[in-house]
Amino acid sequence: MGLAKRIIPCLDVENGRVVKGVKFLDIRDAGDPVEIARRYEQQGADEITFLDITASHEGRETTVHTVERMASEVFIPLTVGGGIRTCEDIRRMLNAGADKVSINTAAVFNPEFVAEAASRFGSQCIVVAIDAKKVSLPGEEDRWEIFTHGGRKPTGLDAVAWAQNMVNLGAGEILLTSMDQDGMKSGFDLGVTRAISEAVHVPVIASGGVGNLDHLVDGVLIGKADAVLAASIFHFNEYTIPEAKRYMQARGIEMRL
Amino acid sequence: MSSIAVIDYGMGNLHSVAKALEHVQPGVEVRVTADPQQVRDADRVLLPGVGAIRDCMAEIRRLGVDAEVAEAIKSGKPFLGICVGFQALMDFSEENGGVDCLGEFPGRVNFFGDTLLDQDNTPLKVPHMGWNQVTQTIDHPLWQGIDDHSRFYFVHSYYVKLAQAERVAATCEYGVPFDVALAHKNVFAVQFHPEKSQHAGLQLLKNFLNWQGQP
Repeated sequence: MGLAKRIIPCLDVENGRVVKGVKFLDIRDAGDPVEIARRYEQQGADEITFLDITASHEGRETTVHTVERMASEVFIPLTVGGGIRTCEDIRRMLNAGADKVSINTAAVFNPEFVAEAASRFGSQCIVVAIDAKKVSLPGEEDRWEIFTHGGRKPTGLDAVAWAQNMVNLGAGEILLTSMDQDGMKSGFDLGVTRAISEAVHVPVIASGGVGNLDHLVDGVLIGKADAVLAASIFHFNEYTIPEAKRYMQARGIEMRL
Repeated sequence: MSSIAVIDYGMGNLHSVAKALEHVQPGVEVRVTADPQQVRDADRVLLPGVGAIRDCMAEIRRLGVDAEVAEAIKSGKPFLGICVGFQALMDFSEENGGVDCLGEFPGRVNFFGDTLLDQDNTPLKVPHMGWNQVTQTIDHPLWQGIDDHSRFYFVHSYYVKLAQAERVAATCEYGVPFDVALAHKNVFAVQFHPEKSQHAGLQLLKNFLNWQGQP
């Protein structure tokens, strides 16, 4: 009995529509993020993360309305990430009904923004998203670096030290996207997940490269993650959320069923 | 149709709680307001809150919300506190170097600490964030239709210890046991977020809208 580990499905949304595709059975409109979020809520998702990949200004307005609609119909926590660069961006998302915002690239270019955001809105709603990749060569001591621009641009920043720095500035949670060197669907990089989870006192959400349910289990048991985020395995009905939760619980992980 | 005032003192996301109330009782009149007359006119009062207690208390005092809360509690109408809206009812919080709260109920708000351990001696993360099991310690109209040990969504780094055990309505455990619900006459207050706790949370809000303020 105690705090449950969380499963968080992630929706990539562009101009108010889910992209990359979601193929639930018997869903009315597979592109509507609100409909999909409701379905995940009914299945027992513990939170929803909404990643806004809209580039245009007009598109951002649509995002605010989508968040408003989602918050009126989905009664589990909602995190909005993507394009959060100013306190004004945060205020708008929170007023629209988001519970947390996720700050990514803006934190790399302006770490003080995290401190400002946390002091203004409280650490409980500030998630800092980190994209980390292993940069040490075989035989060397493990080392991971922060990348920006969807994992394309190295920054030279050490991932573990950076995560600690973000928490010291006020981040209430770390969303860690890592990928095993082998690439897609091979699971989280458990080394960096564990290193960061043990280095910071706030919850860590593991994300990236989930291909099967053992990856989720390993993220918690070996990577010491407090929550696991996944997209495609749920979107394409490879696994349902109740199935994932039962699988994790059967391996000794406390879940909300 | 009943009306409810959600007290707005500028802290946090009031959209969610207002929408959740409208969802469980379509047609309910939800007023998000700090206006004393509107609070006085409402049948029910809800005190929400997120963020740092020092900022919350400063805004509560600046806007005169302290007097509105005292009056609402005394009036006998159903009153619900949520998260910082629960903590604010205590005497004192050790957050932000120590902050005097409203003192409506004897009790303290303590920090979980940096050295919290679970049964296996693994360090526990702070904030306490996610779905934890709530043990109901009394029968109460607000627990109606909610199974004991149901999970609710929490996000907080400070916890309440009530001075009077008979006012505890539920407890939870995270490294330490702590009080997560208070019941006294027309007042009910919770540490978790019912508006974010799916079925169990919505049931609690529904119970609140049907409650006449009797224990």
